[in-house]
Amino acid sequence: MSAALGAAGTILAASFVIFTALSFAPGDPVAQILGAKATDEARAAKRAELGLDDPLLERYWHWLTSALHGDLGVSLTFREDVTSLIGPRLETTFLLVGSAAVLMVTVGILLGSLAGIRPGWRPTITGLAGLGISIPTFVAASALISVFAVKLGWFPTFGAGEGLTDRIRHLVLPAIALSVGFGAYITQITAAAVREEAEKEHVMTSRGRGIPARQIIRKHILRNAALPVMTASGLAVAGLVSGAVVVEQAFAIDGIGSLLVKSTSSKDYSVVLAISLVIVIVFVVVTTIIDVAQVLLDPRERTPR
Amino acid sequence: MTSLTHDPAATETRRPKDKLLIIAGSLCGLLVFVALFGFLFAPYPPDQTDVLASGVGPSPDHLLGTDSLGRDILSRALAGARISFAGPGLIVLASAVCGTTLAIFAAWTGGWVDQTLNRLLNVVFAVPGILVAVLASAVFGAGFWAPVIALTVIYIPYYARVVRSAAVRERNMPYVEGLRLAGLSSWRICSRHILRNVVPIVLAQGTIAFGLALADFAAVSFLGLGVQTPTAEWGVMVADGRSELLNGDMQQSLVAGACIVITVVAFNIFGDRLGARYGADR
Repeated sequence: MSAALGAAGTILAASFVIFTALSFAPGDPVAQILGAKATDEARAAKRAELGLDDPLLERYWHWLTSALHGDLGVSLTFREDVTSLIGPRLETTFLLVGSAAVLMVTVGILLGSLAGIRPGWRPTITGLAGLGISIPTFVAASALISVFAVKLGWFPTFGAGEGLTDRIRHLVLPAIALSVGFGAYITQITAAAVREEAEKEHVMTSRGRGIPARQIIRKHILRNAALPVMTASGLAVAGLVSGAVVVEQAFAIDGIGSLLVKSTSSKDYSVVLAISLVIVIVFVVVTTIIDVAQVLLDPRERTPR
Repeated sequence: MTSLTHDPAATETRRPKDKLLIIAGSLCGLLVFVALFGFLFAPYPPDQTDVLASGVGPSPDHLLGTDSLGRDILSRALAGARISFAGPGLIVLASAVCGTTLAIFAAWTGGWVDQTLNRLLNVVFAVPGILVAVLASAVFGAGFWAPVIALTVIYIPYYARVVRSAAVRERNMPYVEGLRLAGLSSWRICSRHILRNVVPIVLAQGTIAFGLALADFAAVSFLGLGVQTPTAEWGVMVADGRSELLNGDMQQSLVAGACIVITVVAFNIFGDRLGARYGADR
């Protein structure tokens, strides 16, 4: 309960900070709506209509109450409701982030456990993970496009695709590009956690007592290593949301990330504000879930703060 | 991020020569040299276009080929190192100064100041960096300074967390008590003695942060919200090369991308080994 309140407070504070920052941004929405030929009276009327002359707090309050009713304002460049603009793109972005998350967590945990349990694999895997963590998303994207889309022609280069199978085909390379860095991070964390558990005394004892290795790995090593891995995975999922901004731009996918970049360039601040808020909300919700899950999974964390 | 995965084996081999440290360190030195003076070795001016030789592959005339406007890619990569390093350099410097000052102040004062700062830094740590950079470019306009300002703020907790715990440890040391009894002011103890003892940790964190900041800075340029296109910069080059990729000309994107990856790897390893050697534990 207190976690939910804290999350709501953070989101509220973030929305106010972003709103205030954007209100200092250059650009005149009135000129954008009416064009250069409008008379001064028409401009003044429009300013009053948009409430641009009201004090900052009043404007924020107005925006907040409308936002809570599902009205995020109108986009100046698209001349469309921000809500209907974001809706379908949100779906695209979540599909991308979701598939990247599944990929990153599965591969990261598998490779990490392998490196933790089998010392022979350790140098190769930790070396690869060290390299993977250093490859920025947009570099990975360019490399994947040039090899798998242009040279080999296995996958389409740009766009989001239509229909389910086509969409999935379009998402393969972006999802890989998005998951490389965070997948490597999860691999490193998993490898360290599993290794630490595998070297503990009770594991040695179980081995000495002749308990099958498979059972030791499952019951004693992986279960105890799960906590740090879960925390890292949660952080990585939260990071994917902002990584999606870069990947969508690189693959020209029409999601909220590329819309955010486009709207920033065209000074379409109602859209920028709305998308920033969506990203902050996803981020805060995911990190709150991690915090709560940590307390639920580990009784030692249940100390009164 | 690599600072999170502390390799226990590294602390055991403390005294013998750390080969990885030396290799990564020399590579970092070389890269910094290229960033400072690389443009002197560029075979062509980075902005010189040559329509007759546009989009050609590696050849004796153009060792790494040319882009679609016929600009020499090697020259652009060498000249671009300068801005690609200047951005993260400023970010690392500014955030290290702010983060260390805040951390020592918090550790020394303790109590509610410490707690409040801690909570605040945790919030900043949780904010997605790209989002802040995008907002900064909306407010300040796209260019060199927007990502520098945004990423400086984002990287402050990166030092503050580590330095704070080290400074708390120093504060509880007997020598600090001694200095206090000798009548030295808090300012003098913090700025002369505690600072000196946390500097190795700041350096190690700063080295890793440099690589990460370089990647972030280039990512903002890639999005078109940082340094703008005719300027030679690695992130811009990767973005410029996107349209060429479709024709199968991948030199520009790959060369610039490789520059970024090599730099990040080198600084990551160097910082990691420095931290292991000089005991920068979390």
